[in-house]
Amino acid sequence: MTPSDFIYLSILTPLIVFLITPLLKRFTLQRDLLGPIGGVISFFASINITNLVLDGKEVKLTLINISDGLSISFNVYPLGAIFGLVASGLWILASIYSIGYMRGNKELNQTRFFSFYAISIFAALCIAYSGNLLTLFIFYEILTFSTYPLVAHKQNDLSKKSGRLYMGILVGTSVVFLLPAIVIVWVTTGTLDFAKNGILDGQLEEKYIPFLLFLFAFGIGKAALMPFHKWLPAAMVAPTPVSALLHAVAVVKAGVFSILVVIVNVFGIDFLSKTQSTFWLICLACFTLLLSSIIAIYKDDLKARLAYSTISQLSYVVLGAALVSNLAVQGASLHIVMHAVGKITLFFVAGAIYVSAHLSKISELDGQGKSMPLLFFAFFVGSLSIIGVPPMGGSWSKFYLMIGAVESDYIFVLVVLCISTLLNVYYLLEIPARAFFKDKIKEVKVENYPLMTIPTLFAAILTVIIFFYIEPIKNLTNLITSS
Amino acid sequence: MDIILKNLPILVVITPLMMSLVVAVFSSYKISWIISCVTTFLTFCFSVGLFLELKNVDLISYHLGNWIPPFGIEYVIDKVSIIPVLIISSISFIATIFSVKYFENEISIDLIPKTYCLWLLAIAGLIGLVTTADVFNLFVFLEISSLSSVALVAMGNKMDKKALPAAYNYLVIGAIGATFYVIGVGLLYSITGTLNMGDLSIKLPELGVNKVVIAGFGFMIAGMMVKAAIFPLHIWLPSAYAFAPSPVSVLLAATATKASIYIIARISYTIFGGTFELYAIDELKFFFILLSIFAMFAGTFMAIYEKDIKRLLAHSSVAQIGYIFLGISLATSTGIASGFIHLVNHALIKAGLFMSVVAMGFYLQKRITIYSLSGIGKQMPITFFSFIICGLSLAGLPLTAGFISKLYLVKAAYASEGIWLCFLILLSSVLSLIYLWKMIEALWFNKSVNKDEKVKEIPEIYIPLLFIAFLNIYFGIDATIITESSFNAAESLLKGVNK
Repeated sequence: MTPSDFIYLSILTPLIVFLITPLLKRFTLQRDLLGPIGGVISFFASINITNLVLDGKEVKLTLINISDGLSISFNVYPLGAIFGLVASGLWILASIYSIGYMRGNKELNQTRFFSFYAISIFAALCIAYSGNLLTLFIFYEILTFSTYPLVAHKQNDLSKKSGRLYMGILVGTSVVFLLPAIVIVWVTTGTLDFAKNGILDGQLEEKYIPFLLFLFAFGIGKAALMPFHKWLPAAMVAPTPVSALLHAVAVVKAGVFSILVVIVNVFGIDFLSKTQSTFWLICLACFTLLLSSIIAIYKDDLKARLAYSTISQLSYVVLGAALVSNLAVQGASLHIVMHAVGKITLFFVAGAIYVSAHLSKISELDGQGKSMPLLFFAFFVGSLSIIGVPPMGGSWSKFYLMIGAVESDYIFVLVVLCISTLLNVYYLLEIPARAFFKDKIKEVKVENYPLMTIPTLFAAILTVIIFFYIEPIKNLTNLITSS
Repeated sequence: MDIILKNLPILVVITPLMMSLVVAVFSSYKISWIISCVTTFLTFCFSVGLFLELKNVDLISYHLGNWIPPFGIEYVIDKVSIIPVLIISSISFIATIFSVKYFENEISIDLIPKTYCLWLLAIAGLIGLVTTADVFNLFVFLEISSLSSVALVAMGNKMDKKALPAAYNYLVIGAIGATFYVIGVGLLYSITGTLNMGDLSIKLPELGVNKVVIAGFGFMIAGMMVKAAIFPLHIWLPSAYAFAPSPVSVLLAATATKASIYIIARISYTIFGGTFELYAIDELKFFFILLSIFAMFAGTFMAIYEKDIKRLLAHSSVAQIGYIFLGISLATSTGIASGFIHLVNHALIKAGLFMSVVAMGFYLQKRITIYSLSGIGKQMPITFFSFIICGLSLAGLPLTAGFISKLYLVKAAYASEGIWLCFLILLSSVLSLIYLWKMIEALWFNKSVNKDEKVKEIPEIYIPLLFIAFLNIYFGIDATIITESSFNAAESLLKGVNK
């Protein structure tokens, strides 16, 4: 198979799953199996793409020429390979989990759910492999629109209202800020293609850089920088598998990935660090990550707390990108992987608790550790990874971010990262602590769903495996910044 | 065959004009419908023939009755006018196929053949309007198309009496516009002694800029701005679209204002291009841009607060006309091209939207409001699907035709005016999502109000409806043909300015 075949295989598999799922409406077993099978095929292709990228080969594909100078084309950079691996790999776990969730919770419209679940992955993979800003923008918007039916899945007033907020912020910011930014790049440089070391060096006057960066940073609303973060908690009305894969992994990671791509492949790290124009973004990221951690402490709803924790963790990636030093950018890319695995574990647990015991508030979880020991243990492991305790994967990314902060001479960032870690400990470990050490306040009947428990445990184990198996991912991140 | 090829420029006008007399004499409405379909199909084929011919030559000039211009009437098909010709002929063919189911539902059967007579007259008028190179002949066609469309509007949707005042408004305001235009023509004729556009563009620069020329320009442009429904001269449009019989709404919304905007471009660039450069007069350009911005926001806000869906779409047309007019007023190659791109795309979008909305309102006895259509999406999923596709295209979602227009318009605005104009354009386009979403939510999520068993899909209209929806997607993915033709049009319009 040629490199471009692997791109086809990787992105078309979820698209085919999207198209076939409605046809299998009456065959629920076969329909549900499509997700995991598609995930395996897509993951296989992504691994091959990654190997090719590691070998230094170009993996390129021009899909459609829209008109003169505008095309939908893919060109896999190391960063994209990482995001592609994360999205397709976790799709396998999440699709198995969602079978358990949807059946256990007896949700309606399951066919529509599985169908749109797949097309969201399709959009996320296309973002990962995109070779120019137009492709990135197109699939960024498709990702927003294709997740809307998932957010509004319950079709009640609350989900309608949240869906409105979700669409309003994501589409609004992308159209009002991101599109002009893209047009500015287009008019200034005459091209929209990404390049390894950026395309703006020498083309854009220095005084316009902060402004353009501002448009990109706020235009990519999926990165949930304050004050455009409200959509993420609102999206939590969706069924938990959606929150787990999409609003902790695919959608939000597409956001921070886009910011990284813009900084690395459009502006260029050297160009930005030379001009020192990212200071405001560093401050904003620090502000967001501290404030959302503090808000998380006061959230009693488990999913809402995880949502604010996600906002805070996304700012780590933005922070790493804004520090524009080699190690910080590597740390940011590693954090995409580490946080994805850690956070999906936490969301899996939250969903499993909701389906098996119908508990969604943290205050109701007191003493439930004995009835659901495996789930709370998985939660504990996932939390440690997010906090950054070895031997969990999360420790690597935090480590590199901190070195990166020192490398770029922003010592106050170190302090912010430490405070944030303490806040993480406080609001995440409170949950297993309550479950294991407090007395039970509510007697509930717990049902066991192996289809949910197994992926959850597997994700928890994965956080540990990644810690030891960091080498290949590290090789990829090295490629991002090597010139 | 050869004789047809040689006479293509006049055939596109004359076919619907002559056939309109034929359809009126049949008593069976089915026959008159079939004849109308054949006529519009032929017209469409002729315009495609012209399009193909233009690949080799820059312009096709046709002398009516072999009178040499500037003495006789000349028809010119060039890279600019072919765009509205293709839009009008293709949309009118699709709308004609679509129309019969609605005419038999909405107006009394014995009136249908006469309706088709007016229908073809309106089409002939519109095509004549954009092909003729004679400014007075243009006025004649303007009147043919307006009077027949006024009569069509007055037919009324399901015998709605409110159609009469709407048609009356349309008639009076349209007549004022036409009068303004003809006064302008008179002024120009008085000093140049010619009515031919090409001749005018040569003679006017020789006269220099004097008060008569300026007054002539002002009258002609103001008159056409009424016809094109450019804010604040749009007041006739919402009611006319809302109360007209459904197919008439489709036809008018997709074609009528487009022809007038094309004329505005012609007047400003071809006729007066050599006299005073529009883009060299900052105040005038700024005034036009300001008008477009007002149109964008006023149209959008009126649409947001509107409950009657046909009126809502009409208000949104006012906003979209603002985009087209903005592109054309920018007076750069990209700007004019983006105006033309949106001219095409908006015709596709609005035709699709009106078609799907009137299809969903087919079984209603009352006006089509957001509430009376609640929950219809589940009863008519395919129609609703086309509605969503065209709606998203209106909002400019990537991979739809609307996105391409928006992208080029924003590019042109940034390149010639700066970032502030981009923000305004995009802000209004985001606001348009509000009314779109309001409709989608009501039509899909709300409880159905028509529990009636008979409310179900209308398979007869699948072909035109899905075809338009398909085009909206297709031209979002492969826009080469539209962008290329539009850039060619822009180049050849600007050629008149630079000489």
